[in-house]
Amino acid sequence: MSATPARTASSGLVTGSGASERRLPWYHLLLTAAIAIALAAIVLVLFDSFSIGGLVVLGYVLHLVIGYGYSRIREGRRWANDRFATLLVFGAFAVAMIPLISLLWEVLHRGLGKLISPYPGYFWTADMAGVVGGMVSGGIAHAIVGTLLITLGASIISVPIGLLTAIFLVEYARYGALRVLGRGITFLVDVMTGIPSIVAGLFGLALFITITNDPGIRIGLMGSVALSVLMVPTVVRSSEEMLRLVPLELREAAYGLGVPKWLTIVKVVLRTSIAGLTTGVTLAIARVIGETAPLLLTVGALPMMNGNLFSGRMQTLPTFINSQYRSGNAVCNSDAITNPITHMQYACSTTINYDRAWAAALTLILMVMILNIVARLVSRLFAPKLGR
Amino acid sequence: MAQAINVEDLNIYYGDFLAVEDVTVTLQPRSVTALIGPSGCGKSTFLRTLNRMHEVIPGAYAKGSVEIEGSDIYGPGVDPVNVRRRVGMVFQKPNPFPTMSIKDNVLAGVKLNNKRISRSASEELVETSLKGANLWEEVKDRLDKPGLGLSGGQQQRLCIARAIAVKPEVILMDEPCSALDPISTLAIEDLIHEMKQDFTIVIVTHNMQQASRVSDRTGFFNIAGTGKPGHLIEIDETEKMFTNPSNSQTEDYISGRFG
Repeated sequence: MSATPARTASSGLVTGSGASERRLPWYHLLLTAAIAIALAAIVLVLFDSFSIGGLVVLGYVLHLVIGYGYSRIREGRRWANDRFATLLVFGAFAVAMIPLISLLWEVLHRGLGKLISPYPGYFWTADMAGVVGGMVSGGIAHAIVGTLLITLGASIISVPIGLLTAIFLVEYARYGALRVLGRGITFLVDVMTGIPSIVAGLFGLALFITITNDPGIRIGLMGSVALSVLMVPTVVRSSEEMLRLVPLELREAAYGLGVPKWLTIVKVVLRTSIAGLTTGVTLAIARVIGETAPLLLTVGALPMMNGNLFSGRMQTLPTFINSQYRSGNAVCNSDAITNPITHMQYACSTTINYDRAWAAALTLILMVMILNIVARLVSRLFAPKLGR
Repeated sequence: MAQAINVEDLNIYYGDFLAVEDVTVTLQPRSVTALIGPSGCGKSTFLRTLNRMHEVIPGAYAKGSVEIEGSDIYGPGVDPVNVRRRVGMVFQKPNPFPTMSIKDNVLAGVKLNNKRISRSASEELVETSLKGANLWEEVKDRLDKPGLGLSGGQQQRLCIARAIAVKPEVILMDEPCSALDPISTLAIEDLIHEMKQDFTIVIVTHNMQQASRVSDRTGFFNIAGTGKPGHLIEIDETEKMFTNPSNSQTEDYISGRFG
């Protein structure tokens, strides 16, 4: 109401504290910001410790004070508080963006080079068979396949269990003994959410050793089982929230038409909430696709392609990143290395292990991103439609 | 196709709580019966027992008998799903399925039940149902548009079309106009007038003018106090109920001296 300066400036009625309350245009903030930055620069130069980061931080803090004071004098107490809170909110936003942007930049900066050399696609299609020392060759095809297969296996196990549990909790555990059972399941699911991933890995390992009686067993399926221990609670909780969002009126509308309960659940409840369910499942997949510890225990590592979930060790992207980074700098005695079997010559690079690790990390981020985009498209496709 | 409903000694519970006590009444076929009464007196609860929708609420159940065409819908071995196919329902808030087009909403009773229906038969069913709900002229050019895109009054008529597409014998309406503006209300009331040729209609309403406008018979529910069960105080010809009710509670309520 006091947005028009002409009215409020002249009217003593609208001003509470006696000072004139009026809203100045936003570019007055630029003025105060310039003053704050200049002041910060002077202070930093005086103390002989000038840096861009210091300038931004000190400038921001000074601007909190200067902007508030300027606004207090020119606009009154209420607007000054508004300016101050706005500055705080924007500051928090900027701080929250720093790790995200710097992470993406760092991974792109360090990983992109290896990803496109010697030619784009090579790194994604080659595996690590026969790659030794600082040999500039090898790729992550085997790790991509392993990650995709193991995560797919985990999803195939977790999504039905999680979704059906959520349906039980929302649609059936509503009264009497079933309600008590539902409470118990909810409690256990909450406990499961907090299970450390290494424990899930140990569980998968112990389970398969018990079944097969072979302490050395390492197969992809074990990884899927271990990951599904982590995935099920996430799927249950997110699906439960989504199913609860479906209005009771829609269920009653279906019942009123003589539709049995199970068909109501399948064709009305699930159909209405499928967009949210997809998002929940995607988040659950994104949570486990980067898990390292349980896969180290259950799946092990392998330098070459193994596309069979049910037999033998597999490589996955997180364990690949881990092992490459741990290998550290390679030793290069000469500029070229010869593959002892194929007799092909390769250049030698001391940093090759780090390069591979970063490129694999970039690949992992890309995979999660693509997954998210696909889930968003699916959500949009199935979302309830409005419009005339 | 319209059937009378004989209700005998019906007691309705929410868990341990007796919500409506001892209702015995006959609802006439091919007529509109309105149920009026103060909030919380159990008229909606009673309505929902007529197609066993009441028991959808956790812990809710009913004792007694409700006979439609001579068979008790609370009898042993009766599937509530079959009851609801014969007794349709229109709710207080328009609730078209948000994922479906106008056409699919009308066909929901068929499609959700996985029944097969030929293309020509489905087109005919959509047209007759929408015509029966006085909505055909307004939506015939946009049958494939989402049902949620219609106005509130149109959505409610869409829900009525959806209910009559299942070809029920009885239609229950739970305050069908309380979320609508006067014009849409008028459209629905006209529709109720036409529909009573084919259906037994029971309507719950808070609006006594509406009850006097649309119904042939009116029943008055009342409650002695909070926590006590509701009772059917009186049911009679609408004209008599609003001019010369035999019970003093009814008179107090309709003349505004209630409470």
